[in-house]
Amino acid sequence: MRLAEHQYNSVSAIRGPLLFLDRVFAARLGELVRIETPDGRNLSGEVLKISGEQVLIQVFGGTQGLDTCNTTVSFTDAVMRVPLGTGVLGRVFDGSFKPLDDLPMFIPEFRMPVLGAPINPVARAHPVEFIETGFSTIDGLNTLVKGQKLPIFSCSGLPAREMTDQILRQARLTDGGDFVLVFVALGLTHFEYQFYLQSLEHMQSRFVSFINLADDPVVERLLAPRLALTVAEDLAFRQEMDVLVIITDMTNYCDALREISTAREELPGRRGYPGHMYSDLASLYERAGRTHNRNGSVTLLPTVTMPEDDITHPIPDLTGYITEGQIVLSRELHQKGIYPPVDVLPSLSRLMQHGIGKGQTRNDHRDLANHLYRTYAKGCDLRRLEAVVGRDGMQADDRRLLDFADRFETDFVHQGKLRRTIDDTLDTAQRLIDEFREVAR
Amino acid sequence: MNGKVTRISGATVCVDLPDLKIGDRVFVGISRLTGEVVRLEGRIATVQVFEDNRGLGIGEPVSTTQGPLLVRLGPGLLGGVFDGLQRPLHKLQEDSGDFISSGQDPFPLDCSRSWDFSSECKVGTVLGTGAAFGRVREGHIDHLLLSPRDGTLARLNTGELQLEQPAAHFEDDQPLLGWHSWPVRKARPVRRKLPPVTPLVTGQRCLDFLFPMLKGGVSIVPGGFGTGKTVLEQTIAKFADVDVVVYVGCGERGNEMAGLLDEFNQLQDPRSDRPLMERTIIVANTSNMPVAARESSIFTAVTMAEYYRDMGLDVLFLADSLSRWAEALREISAALEEMPGEDGFPTYLGSRLSGFIERAGVVETLNGASGSLSMILAVSPPGADFAEPVTQACLRVAGALYLLDTQLAHRRHFPAINWTQSYSLYSDTALAHFTEQHEEWARLQSRCRNILQREESLREVAEVVGMEGLQDADRLLMRTAEKIRLEFLCQNSFTKDAFATPQSTLEQITKLVDEHERISAGLKEGAMLDDLLMEDGNAPG
Repeated sequence: MRLAEHQYNSVSAIRGPLLFLDRVFAARLGELVRIETPDGRNLSGEVLKISGEQVLIQVFGGTQGLDTCNTTVSFTDAVMRVPLGTGVLGRVFDGSFKPLDDLPMFIPEFRMPVLGAPINPVARAHPVEFIETGFSTIDGLNTLVKGQKLPIFSCSGLPAREMTDQILRQARLTDGGDFVLVFVALGLTHFEYQFYLQSLEHMQSRFVSFINLADDPVVERLLAPRLALTVAEDLAFRQEMDVLVIITDMTNYCDALREISTAREELPGRRGYPGHMYSDLASLYERAGRTHNRNGSVTLLPTVTMPEDDITHPIPDLTGYITEGQIVLSRELHQKGIYPPVDVLPSLSRLMQHGIGKGQTRNDHRDLANHLYRTYAKGCDLRRLEAVVGRDGMQADDRRLLDFADRFETDFVHQGKLRRTIDDTLDTAQRLIDEFREVAR
Repeated sequence: MNGKVTRISGATVCVDLPDLKIGDRVFVGISRLTGEVVRLEGRIATVQVFEDNRGLGIGEPVSTTQGPLLVRLGPGLLGGVFDGLQRPLHKLQEDSGDFISSGQDPFPLDCSRSWDFSSECKVGTVLGTGAAFGRVREGHIDHLLLSPRDGTLARLNTGELQLEQPAAHFEDDQPLLGWHSWPVRKARPVRRKLPPVTPLVTGQRCLDFLFPMLKGGVSIVPGGFGTGKTVLEQTIAKFADVDVVVYVGCGERGNEMAGLLDEFNQLQDPRSDRPLMERTIIVANTSNMPVAARESSIFTAVTMAEYYRDMGLDVLFLADSLSRWAEALREISAALEEMPGEDGFPTYLGSRLSGFIERAGVVETLNGASGSLSMILAVSPPGADFAEPVTQACLRVAGALYLLDTQLAHRRHFPAINWTQSYSLYSDTALAHFTEQHEEWARLQSRCRNILQREESLREVAEVVGMEGLQDADRLLMRTAEKIRLEFLCQNSFTKDAFATPQSTLEQITKLVDEHERISAGLKEGAMLDDLLMEDGNAPG
């Protein structure tokens, strides 16, 4: 602990969101600094790199208006910590934890480092508890469980927003319990944000949101999800609540990461994204989970918009390697008027096996899901043949499979804005299978 | 010896401390974070820090042990769960709670536990390096205690012993403990390497029958996300016919590790009827744990694997995934500002990888026994593009390729092993072995391959003309191929079907191929396919 806070005027260079400071005595990695601009504004920043007496600082909130002569920097001798406590509930903050709802800042009960610490793998409890989202394609075929991280892979123009919005209103635990929602908007337009705002208002005090809009500082886009996840961990593992974290849109996050990485002159990897993007994304996604000792949980539902509808693009690709599955939306289904346009074939929930069946959903769940998958996959394969020879030129059996694939899309996948309980979902599945067998006779 | 921190850039730290060697372990800062020297320039050493170093300040003290990073080897490793630096995770949880904090260094072995030590040696026995001086019982295995140096025994204390109590003394009064340490990055010596000859039964029909693995062999399992790499690795870890399994979760998901631990604690090893965990060592360095420790995790794990191999045991090493290790190498290399090679990976990726993979093999140990270390390594190519550097570098040294196919996975065909592109260079050796036991093995294997290949070419035709446009013989072949795919190659890892003995594998394929030959013979005599299928009690396909 330093006794006196020293102010430095020795800024030597400013590059993008980065600031170089000379002749600094004893800085710490990750230390929080206060920056006073020539026109009297206060900004905060974080120490990224120290080389002898030169320090590299990442500035939160943009470097517009900073200069090398009159900008002063003071060191706080502490890493950035997040204020925590129950006062956080029902509030809206920006990407640097300033209230956006015209209310005063709450009084923190205590503070935790913004990066958190990894959960010890032996302390983790394997996620098994079923969460009902109200969507048949998720509940029935790609089941979400408590403590899972399951992204929605969308394409531009598809209704991922509507789906996310419905999930945040509809998600229920099997015991009927509710979630506390942590909502993180990253690089959203005002138009999109207005849309979510209505739903958030319905949540009353069961939510916290962190809003970084498209015209807000890029550096805060990297900070906002970390603030949100630290809050989520506190709600889950100290106050033992079940927390659902919705982050939209991770593509904007990754682009911000690329922007900052380029400013730091790091080596670019695939498509210009930094080589450490996997580890960086993992440091966010891996904060989801449950532990043996505590009752709470963090369930993570990020949205990723696939650039050029390409699932092999680095952003969805790296995300898919870290998360426990993915829900993939399809432009083709959307054009057929199907909502939600979930393409179940490339979709997957890795934790489904333990979250379904007796005690969680229903005994027949696994068989029904396998049956639907297999039959629908066959039907989809035959569509290519249909395109060549036409439906009339096909065998009766094959026509039957094609019909099934169509019915599956219109009756099972498509559900409009209606919420389906897991029983509704499984009954619909059973009906489709029965009808399919009926025609066979 | 003390020095201080002069430069910090992420986890790469420069320290001013003379007389260091490359690979030396240093303690960095007030919280004594573990680091390893990776570069020397005059007095200044560049240190890779293995723990989260936020809050580390310029001028903080640095000290060294004057030796490399070590793995501690002794009885009690089996059943353990460690991080990439061999810190015991259960002990860490007791000490610091559910979240891992920096600067902790608990001893990986349990020194309070007593072992019943017995020995065939006598006072005056001359021991060579690596010779056994006694044994303890660890779970189902006879754990040989190996001497880390040579010398003549002067005293011997058999009976109940704890690890820190000397089991014996040399004539120069140096004690022999139940444990010793070994540098993380140094392969343990052997008398010589032997060619692998015995099949390693994985319990996966597709692998054992079409692409067999040998004890002492190396296979790689590349696959895009969602193709079932982890499930395949874990299923093999459960059922493979080896004595010891070392499983490394290298930069993968925490929840998967939790699931693995749950299962391994509950499941029984079918061969010894004891909990599976008793033959398993788990190294878990999940994706959000420090990157440098991820890089060292495979070396920590393989050293433990070699230690058990040196007792003359068959050890299987599974890593999930090697790509995450290579990425850690890339991140460290970038932080050192080295010249990048392909895709940003350092140019020494290939040599580092082959150095590691060559630690597998069948060996004659220093103790004169024969032991084996086999490796099955998952690879996660970006965008499921197998032309990328890590897959390619692995292919140059691996003996078998189990390629996981995204298309098969989407159809829920698991294990999604692509049977046209996968291969095993061990096939001939394994075949000789299997044919000794079941003479039909070779014939059935080539017939099965043949049917699957024919299906591939017929499928294109069928897509144009439809199934009924095919001749009866071809329709039959398509039907058999489908049955082989669905009933034989598919294997559900979550049911009893997860493990198949070579005997049952053979019976199943015999049934399918025989039925095919029988109906095929009928067709040659001029019968119609649909009639033959009816006779056989099958619906027309």
